[in-house]
Amino acid sequence: MFHPSIHLLKKEIKERRFRNLLSTITFFLFLPALVIMFWLFIKGLPALSLDFLLQDPVQGMTAGGIFPTIIGTFWLVIISVLVSCPLGVVAAIYLSEYASDSALTRLIRLAILNLAGVPSIVHALFGLGAFVLFLNMGTSILAASFTLAVMNLPVIITSTLESLKAVPHSYREASWNVGASKLQTIRYIVLPNSLPGILTGLVFSVGRSAGETAAILFTGVAFYLPFLPQSVFDQCMSLSMHLFTISTQVVGMPEAYPYATALVLILLILSVNSISVVLRSYFRTKRKW
Amino acid sequence: MQIKSMEAAPVAMEWRQKKRSKPTSERVIEFIIKAGGYSSIVLIAAILFFILRESYPFLIGRFEFMEFFGSTSWNPASVSKISYGIVTLIVGTVCVSVLSMLIAVPLGLACAFYISEFCSPRMREIYKILIEFLAAIPSVVWGFVAIMMINPLIINVFKVPIGLNVLNASIILALMSLPLIVSVGEDALRAVPETYREAAEAMGATKWEVATRVLLPAAKNGLMAAALLGVGRALGETMAVLMATGHSIQIPKSLFDPARTLTATIAAELGESPKGGEHYQALFAIGLVLFTLSFAVNITADYLIRGRRK
Repeated sequence: MFHPSIHLLKKEIKERRFRNLLSTITFFLFLPALVIMFWLFIKGLPALSLDFLLQDPVQGMTAGGIFPTIIGTFWLVIISVLVSCPLGVVAAIYLSEYASDSALTRLIRLAILNLAGVPSIVHALFGLGAFVLFLNMGTSILAASFTLAVMNLPVIITSTLESLKAVPHSYREASWNVGASKLQTIRYIVLPNSLPGILTGLVFSVGRSAGETAAILFTGVAFYLPFLPQSVFDQCMSLSMHLFTISTQVVGMPEAYPYATALVLILLILSVNSISVVLRSYFRTKRKW
Repeated sequence: MQIKSMEAAPVAMEWRQKKRSKPTSERVIEFIIKAGGYSSIVLIAAILFFILRESYPFLIGRFEFMEFFGSTSWNPASVSKISYGIVTLIVGTVCVSVLSMLIAVPLGLACAFYISEFCSPRMREIYKILIEFLAAIPSVVWGFVAIMMINPLIINVFKVPIGLNVLNASIILALMSLPLIVSVGEDALRAVPETYREAAEAMGATKWEVATRVLLPAAKNGLMAAALLGVGRALGETMAVLMATGHSIQIPKSLFDPARTLTATIAAELGESPKGGEHYQALFAIGLVLFTLSFAVNITADYLIRGRRK
């Protein structure tokens, strides 16, 4: 019979301790997120009602609802995605299908990396300097959405690039061999096969722009507006900005209101992200390679 | 056979020529794709250009290097003596970032080790989704949590008069940068070839020994990059820090002193400074400092990751 020596047993115990330590740390890291969610629910749920979602804020924002902020957030998110999606996908197609491994390509990659790392407040400064002042858009939904689009561009490029690269090279070769041009191959073979991945990245970036505050602070979002935006040249309110305003700037706020606003924002983002998670697992089962 | 190939040759020639002369529509589209490919370079350059453009009059006029980077007094709206020294703000930013990384890096890397080396594939998927959700919580909600949850917690636990301080901001920043550190760290660990682990285990090494003596050295650069990207995230965070630090302009002497960071200063003051004024331009100059910092951090992180892959 084989008996483990004392030495081996000691090792075994040490190993188990190590494992337990790591699993405890991991568990406790995720605990705060769950606690925060739970606590937002408890505090915010009493104030959450259909009226809260569908009414305008009144009495210096201390009563009423958050309807205009939701509308504003939708405007911002939709326009920013309309701008960043085509640009991001095209950039990713270039990097994956056309770019050779040259110094220029490395420069592009570095630029994407840096674009992703630029602090959001610096994006806000850029948006203010470029869109609001230089292109004369004024503080408007358009300027704010463009700023958000620039912010989201690296996210979309990276996720699209990943899904384009995941399409096996043999697919492309087969298409070239039947005489399709490079562009036709991209249009009819590469893009349809990577569409799920592109969509997932897109949905993810929607969630990100819905929660962003700093980048839209000076480019198109107002603390309070008595009317809904009529066109893209109007200012708007946004959920994220509203949460900032009512939790720091407004005196005499009923306690549940900011909680309910935070809850709505979180739920909006989490539901959008869940869509992306579900999409991803759905398409993974249907993948052909 | 010979005749056949003779016949085929002109057809092939013709086909080749046809292929070389693409239709105009295709050329236009390919041009657009190429232009789109360069967009990120153009955008980075544009960000630099427009921030320089707005801060330019300040940089060539009022700006003094020794004052800007040497004075602790940031007093842009003072009546008697206006001064633009950002030392206090830099100290605030550094304090909060370093402290948050002291919390987040060891914990995050431990977590990355667990998820990459010990987890069952099923649990790994669950943790990855949790990480994604954690990463999706917007910074303004973190700021809200700082004010409403951690603030009273700090007041009660440490018996201090106010809970919006360096400690609060560090905790929030640590929680915010964890997802990034964990996922980049995990990538780094997974990039270590499986054969390394197998070789070590075949020699009788326990997981602990594999982790500390094989994986840690092999994935060192990637793990450092993970930490560095966390630093970048912490440096650039705006809303959460604005809400959590207490935003009072002083050099913090203890964990329980409020502080003020570079990012939060821009966010708080830009709205109130008149467009085109000196104060406004000085805030853009701070933006330039932030841009440079994040650029340096990102390039170093990229260098570390690429070094690993080679």
